[in-house]
Amino acid sequence: MAKNVMMLMGDEAIAQGAIDAGVSGFYAYPGTPSTEIMEYAQHSKDAAVLNIHRQWSANEKTAMESALGMSYCGKRAMVSMKHVGLNVAADPFVNSGVTGANGGIIVVAADDPSMHSSQNEQDSRILAQFALLPIFEPANQQEAYDMAFAGYELSEKYKTPVMLRITTRLAHSRAGVEMKPRLKQNAMKLPENKRQFVLLPGIARKQYKTLVANQAKFMEEAEKSPFNRYIDGADKSRGIIACGIAYNYLMENYPNGCPHPVLKLCQYPAPKKLIEKLVKETKEVLVLEDGQPMLEESLRGLLDRDVKVKGRITGELPRDGELNPLFVRRALGMADICGAPAPAIVAPRPPAFCVGCGHIDAYNAIKQVVTTGYEDGHVFADIGCYTLAALPPFEVVNSCVDMGASITMAKGAADAGLFPACAVIGDSTFCHSGMTGLLDCVIENSNVVIFILDNSATAMTGGQDSHALGRLEAICKGLGVDEKHIRIVNPLKKNHDEMVQVIKEEIEYKGVSVIIPTRECIQTLGKKNKKGGE
Amino acid sequence: MKSDIILSGVGGQGILSIAAVIGQAAVSAGLHMKQSEVHGMSQRGGDVQSHLRISDKEVFSDLVPHGAADMILSVEPMESLRYLPWLSKQGWIITNSQPFINIPNYPDQKAVIAEIEKQPKHIIINADELAKAAGNSRGMNMVMAGAASLFVDIPQEKMEGAIQFLFGRKGEEIVKSNIAAFRAGREFAQKKRG
Repeated sequence: MAKNVMMLMGDEAIAQGAIDAGVSGFYAYPGTPSTEIMEYAQHSKDAAVLNIHRQWSANEKTAMESALGMSYCGKRAMVSMKHVGLNVAADPFVNSGVTGANGGIIVVAADDPSMHSSQNEQDSRILAQFALLPIFEPANQQEAYDMAFAGYELSEKYKTPVMLRITTRLAHSRAGVEMKPRLKQNAMKLPENKRQFVLLPGIARKQYKTLVANQAKFMEEAEKSPFNRYIDGADKSRGIIACGIAYNYLMENYPNGCPHPVLKLCQYPAPKKLIEKLVKETKEVLVLEDGQPMLEESLRGLLDRDVKVKGRITGELPRDGELNPLFVRRALGMADICGAPAPAIVAPRPPAFCVGCGHIDAYNAIKQVVTTGYEDGHVFADIGCYTLAALPPFEVVNSCVDMGASITMAKGAADAGLFPACAVIGDSTFCHSGMTGLLDCVIENSNVVIFILDNSATAMTGGQDSHALGRLEAICKGLGVDEKHIRIVNPLKKNHDEMVQVIKEEIEYKGVSVIIPTRECIQTLGKKNKKGGE
Repeated sequence: MKSDIILSGVGGQGILSIAAVIGQAAVSAGLHMKQSEVHGMSQRGGDVQSHLRISDKEVFSDLVPHGAADMILSVEPMESLRYLPWLSKQGWIITNSQPFINIPNYPDQKAVIAEIEKQPKHIIINADELAKAAGNSRGMNMVMAGAASLFVDIPQEKMEGAIQFLFGRKGEEIVKSNIAAFRAGREFAQKKRG
């Protein structure tokens, strides 16, 4: 194998691509399946030598805004997040379409169809379409790498942020990737138009017109993009549009080449001329998309006339969940190939707390209190390892919605008269989106008990450093929580009775209480001990 | 040649070190390779799998199609059965016999083994014991990689070269004991296959 080929996961290919395409800053908050982009950049010796910024942000919104600031200075930035992270960053993301970019910006959105590690499945292409931004959707690891180059080029040519959208499967799958010669980072170059980033209505109206006018140019770029390929086939009974990774599942089912005309679609806005050609030449069009039926829906139109379009909406493919070779095979009308079913004795094996995890001891205490004496109590939880207490043997968690919702849902429930209203949130999630909710509680002195489970890590995604490290107590005090009702406990079995007592006292206190069980994540501790021993 | 492998186990058991050895060997043999893995929530003690695809032609799908796997390679017996829908009719199940019990409703162990034995082509290995006997009590994964290597058309020296490549920076002792475990697995599989 040639020297300049590396085995990279999709996430890693994106990061290496950005490094080689002259990025000056990576910005991100950890979230499966996007985490490894930043982790790769952090471990990269090249990135260290090139002095590329590569530290975690407090959340996706602050990450997106920092990337915009880097772009303001004329330098290239990459901001990466999972699909639900893009919801958090939606405000700056959508507005960045109106400000436009100065240095190139690539916004990487890693979607999780089938919800392997997420609370919903949503297709980030739709948000990019909403923001009127171009989208790149790689079919493989090589394209993921190459699109960093193409993305920055397009971004700077039209002074617009672009989205790079992948799904879990590509994010976490490895293949050989051929490297390109490295580009230099941009020099500092401030915006020529001093009002470009000032979205006062009078300015924003003008900028928005430019963005709208650019749509035709973005489409023209997609028409001639090397990532979009029209591959003719003799059998015109059907044409196939394969978006991103779906192209692989199509080709997997035709080892000797697809007999039908195929449009491999990896750059948007959807190229109208290429699609028109396919529609004209074939009797019906099958659309393969790993996500929501965005393209299928737009091809059908509201009135569903003229063009025969098949896909997720018509039931050829499942309406939800991740695509795979078998689903695509069925949509192509081929017979199933399948091994034997798994025998009935195979039991489900859901994820669980690690042996020795501090959350176990914290929940043992919480559960004892809310099941003996405070049976009307509810526990509003959040996004992280501690959500697993919704499952046996604890089954003590009543909600898990989005980052930070534990505190604010508990507040709303307390407003409604629920007692006791408890919130459970992790240290990293608290810094991501919990602090503002706590301030709401302080302002009204809401009758809530907030547990900040401090394991000094963003644990579920692999133990990244938490912004909360060493600051939790000071943050709570600073936000105005009464010092007497900030209680630090050590979640160990031997401290069970003490924890139960503290929880009862704080439930009885009519106001904002914060209980902070503090013990380091058993996984990050293990890693550190291992490193120290070597 | 093509070799489609489903690697299975429980989050934390380290199936990815097996994928790394076979994948690295494939790359050094000049073959095409794609390998997808599970990150995130399931790594906390849930069921995890990795799809490893090796071929002398371009590999398209990152996932092994249903009914196409040449091998299910499992470090845990019940987990080997979970992926039967992916196994081809001619495919092998190669599994560790030692259960990882972290759920209250883990099925009867004898019934699990009986189900595996129903499959036409299977090799059940007490990989923990073989690793210990080879002087590498933490080498269960290398025993499994060795057993699997017999069924993948890549020369043994390329496989052992991959172990050298991957573990070399941890020192010669670690490399040696991993190769010893690897060979123990390969020999065991050789005897069983006949």
